[in-house]
Amino acid sequence: MSGRGIPYSTVRRCFNAAAFTLTGVFAAVTVSTLFFILGFITWHGISAVNVDFFIHLPKPVGEPGGGMANAIVGTGKLLLLASAIGVPIGFFAGVYLSEFGHNKLGFWVRYAADLLNGVPSIVMGIFAYTLIVLPMKQFSTFAGGVALGIMMIPIAVRSTEEFLKLVPNSVREAAYALGVHEWKTIVFVVIPAAIRGLLTGILLDIARVAGETAPLLFTAFNNRVWSHGWMEPTSSLPVMIFTYAIAPYDDWHRQAWAGALVLMFLLLLVNGGTRLLLPRRRVVT
Amino acid sequence: MRKFRFLTPWIAGILLATGTSAFAKMLLVNGAGATFPYPIYSKWFSEYAKQDVSVNFNYQSIGSGGGIRQITAQTVDFGASDGPMTDEQLSTAPGKLLHFPTVLGGVVPIYNIPEVSEKLNFTQAALAGIFLGNITTWNNAEIAKANPGVSLPNKPILVVHRSDGSGTTYIWTDFLSSASPTWKAKVGKSTSVNWPVGLGGKGNEGVAGLVKQTPYSIGYAELGYATNNKILYGNVQNRAGQFVECTAQTITHAAASAKMPEDFRVSIVNSPGQDVYPVASFTWLLVYQQQTDRIKGEALIKFLRWMLTDGQKYTEPLGYAPLPQEVIRLEEEAIAQIQLP
Amino acid sequence: MRRSSSLNWGDLLFRRVTLGFALAVVGIVLVLAGSLVWNSRLAMKEFGWAFLWGRTWDPVAVKFGALPFIYGTLVTSAVGLLIAVPLGIGTAIFLAELASPRISEFLSFLVELLAAIPSVIYGLIGVFVVVPWVRTVVSPSVSAVLGWFPLFEGTPYGVGLFTAGLILAAMIVPFITVVSREVLLTVPRSQREAALAVGATHWESVWTVLLPYARSGIIGSIFLALARALGETMAVTMVIGNVPEISASLFKPGYTMAAVLANEFTEATYDLYIHTLIEIGLVLFAVTFIVNGIARLMLSRMEHPA
Repeated sequence: MSGRGIPYSTVRRCFNAAAFTLTGVFAAVTVSTLFFILGFITWHGISAVNVDFFIHLPKPVGEPGGGMANAIVGTGKLLLLASAIGVPIGFFAGVYLSEFGHNKLGFWVRYAADLLNGVPSIVMGIFAYTLIVLPMKQFSTFAGGVALGIMMIPIAVRSTEEFLKLVPNSVREAAYALGVHEWKTIVFVVIPAAIRGLLTGILLDIARVAGETAPLLFTAFNNRVWSHGWMEPTSSLPVMIFTYAIAPYDDWHRQAWAGALVLMFLLLLVNGGTRLLLPRRRVVT
Repeated sequence: MRKFRFLTPWIAGILLATGTSAFAKMLLVNGAGATFPYPIYSKWFSEYAKQDVSVNFNYQSIGSGGGIRQITAQTVDFGASDGPMTDEQLSTAPGKLLHFPTVLGGVVPIYNIPEVSEKLNFTQAALAGIFLGNITTWNNAEIAKANPGVSLPNKPILVVHRSDGSGTTYIWTDFLSSASPTWKAKVGKSTSVNWPVGLGGKGNEGVAGLVKQTPYSIGYAELGYATNNKILYGNVQNRAGQFVECTAQTITHAAASAKMPEDFRVSIVNSPGQDVYPVASFTWLLVYQQQTDRIKGEALIKFLRWMLTDGQKYTEPLGYAPLPQEVIRLEEEAIAQIQLP
Repeated sequence: MRRSSSLNWGDLLFRRVTLGFALAVVGIVLVLAGSLVWNSRLAMKEFGWAFLWGRTWDPVAVKFGALPFIYGTLVTSAVGLLIAVPLGIGTAIFLAELASPRISEFLSFLVELLAAIPSVIYGLIGVFVVVPWVRTVVSPSVSAVLGWFPLFEGTPYGVGLFTAGLILAAMIVPFITVVSREVLLTVPRSQREAALAVGATHWESVWTVLLPYARSGIIGSIFLALARALGETMAVTMVIGNVPEISASLFKPGYTMAAVLANEFTEATYDLYIHTLIEIGLVLFAVTFIVNGIARLMLSRMEHPA
C-alpha cells in the first residue's frame, strides 16, 4: 500500500483512500441487504408463527386463523418426488461425465445441462403443464414434482462431476492395480471418497428448488385441503406465500410472513450448514 | 448393503406419502374459476365438508377466464365464472356445459382517498370517464357535483383493474358499456379488455389489495372484498337516477325484472326500476352435462342441491344475495339434466 | 481409462447405464425445446416475426404483440444491472483486496446466502417494503427534481419498472459479487506486485491491472446475472403493475415476459392465445440461452486466457 516513504502525491493517496472507502460502502450495502431481508422476515414472521400454523388447514376466506399444514406437507412431497427424479438422472449423468465423459459427447451433455440450468422456471412450468397436466387432465403433485425434478438435474450433474473429479486418479489406479473391476472402483471406492461433497451438493440442489413458485403455478396448482397420494393438486409453501401476499386480507398477510419465515429458516439451515461443512467452497450455483 | 442405508428414509417417505391415500378414503373434487364468489364458495365448501365427511371440495380462485379455460381442458371437475360463457367458448368444449347460478352479487367501485372518509356517489358518466382516462383528478366536476359537501382533493386518480381474465371485469364492463356508448365502442365488454388506463391486479384479491395500499386509487371489486377489508366503496347511479348502495336488497331488486332463459345465461346490469343496484350479476358454476366419473358426478349433484337449499342462508352475511325462488325452482329441474356414466 | 476391450460385462453395463442417463439429459433439453416450438406453432404461423415488435396485446380482439413484454423485460433488467454491477464489483474488490481472508470468506458466504433466498420472498419484501417506499419517498423526490424528464415522470404508483429493477438488482448482486471475487482472487501475485513495483497505489493497481486481467470473468458474471434477471418471475410480477404498455417513464407500471406467463397462462381461453403465450416462453428461453452462452464463453476465457 502507499507507505514506506514512497512519495505518492496527496491527490493519488486521497483518491486511493476514497476509492477503497467506496468499495467498503458497497460491500456494507450488499451485506446489509441480507440482514435487512432476514430481519424483516423474522420481525414480521415471528409473531405470526404459532402451533396453529403448523397443524391447521387454511380457514375459509376472510376468517382469521388457520394454518399452512397442508402447504408444508405439500412442499415435502414435492421435494421428495423432485429428488427421486432429478437426483438419479443428474447423479449418473455426472458420473458418466467425470469418469467417461472426456469426449465430444461429454461436451454436448455439459452444454445441455448448462442450457437446462438457464431455463426460466416459468418456462419449466409450461413444459410440465403441456407434457403432463394436459394429457392427464389433472393438476397433480406428480406434475409439480416432475417440473422441480427437471430443474434439479443440471446442478446435480455439475455438482457430481466436480466432486468426483476431485478424487485423485491415484485412488482409482490403486484399485485397478489390485484387480478391482472398473464399475466396482467407481461405485465402492471413488464415490464413497467424494460422498460428503456429493451429499451436500444434493442438499443444496433441493434447497434451490424448495423455494420455487413459478413452476408449481400450473402443475401442482393449489389446494385448500389435504392432498392425498400423488395425483391430486397440492398446496405448497411458496405458492401459499404468493397467494396470501397479493390478497387484501390482513390475516393472510400475517400468515404469508410466517410462511416466509419457516421457508427462510429451512433454506438458511441447509445452505448455511452445507457451506460450513464443505472443506473448500467449491459451490456450484 | 450398508452403502444403501441412506435410501431407507427416502423409501419410507415415499411409502408414507402414497400410503396416506389408502388411509383416508376421501374424494377430492377440484374446481377453479371466479374470484367474485370465492368468499362464499370457500365458506360453502368448508360447511359442506362438515355435512358430508366423505368428500372434500378444493376450489381455486384463478379468475373466471381461468375457470372457463380449465373446465374446457377438463383439468378440473367444475368451473366457475361470473361472465357467462359465449357461444363460441361453449362450442370449443368437448361436451355440453351447463351453467348453474349460485348467488347474486354486486360489483362496487372501491376507492382510497386519505382525506375522504365518506361514501361517494358516482354517476354513470363519472365511472365511465374515470375508467376511460378522461376524468383524471378527484375534484373533477362530474364527481364533485354528485357529492356536494365533500371536499375532494386535487390529486390524480390512480385506476386499478384486473390483470387476469375476470368475470368481475365482465360485469363491470357490461355496466360501463350500458352506461356509456363511448366505452361500448372503444373498449367493449368481456372478461379481458384493452384497458385505456390503470394498473392490473390479479383477482378480486389483487385489485382490493392494490386499492387498499395505494392512496388516491379507484378500482372495482365484489362487495365482500370491500366490506371484509374495510375499503370504502361508493354508491352508483342507476337507470332511474338514484344513487344506490349495494346491499342484498338492492341486488335482489336488480334480479326481479330479469327473465331467466333456459340456459341461465342472463345479464342484469343496469336493470330498470326503483332501488335497483345497477352493477349486479348472477355467478355460475360450470358443469358438464355428461359426467365422466360417477362418484364425482354424484358428489357434484348432491352439493348443488345443498347449495340451492341450505347454502343460500350463508349468502347475506358475506355480502351476497340469495337466488330468487323462481330461479331455484328452475335449477332444481335443470340438475336432473346431469347424466352420470 | 480402460479400453472397452478389456472390460467385463459389469463394466459394460455400468458404462451403458451412465451413458443412458447422460443422453437422457440431452434428450430432455431437446424435448423441452421441441415442445415449446410445437406448442407455439399456431402463433408463429399467425403472426410471424412481426410478433416481436407488435405493440398491442389484446386477447379479446385477438391482436398479439410481444414488444411491451420484451421492453419491460429489457428495461427492468437494465435497471437491475445498472444498480447491481457497480455494487457487485465494488463489493468484490473490497472482498478480494481489502478484507482479510477470514472476513472475506465469511462475508462472501453471507452474500451467497442472498442468492439462496427464493424469488417469492423477495416479492413479499417488495410488496410490503419497497413499493410503499418508492411510492412515498423515491418517486415524489425524484419527480420533484427531475419530473420534467420523460424517464421520471408520472404519478407515484409505487409499483412499476423501477421498483422491479430495484428488486432484481438485489437478487442478482450475489452472482456478480461471488464470481467476480473468485476471479479477482485468481489473478497471479506477479501481476499485482508488478503494478506496485512500478509505483502504482493499491487502487491504481486494481484499476489498471487486476480488473483488465479479470475482465472476461467479470463480464461473464454480469451476463450470468443478466440471464437470471431476464427469467425472474415471482418477485417481478408482484411489483411491476402488470400493464402491457410501453412507457418512457420508469415509474410507470409495465409487464415482463415471465410475468405475463404467470398471470395469463391458466386462463388463456382459446388455442391461439395459449400458443401465443408459449411463443413468449420460447422467446424468453431463446434469449436466456443466448445470454448464458455469452456468459459461458466469457468465463471459459478466464480459465484459458487467450
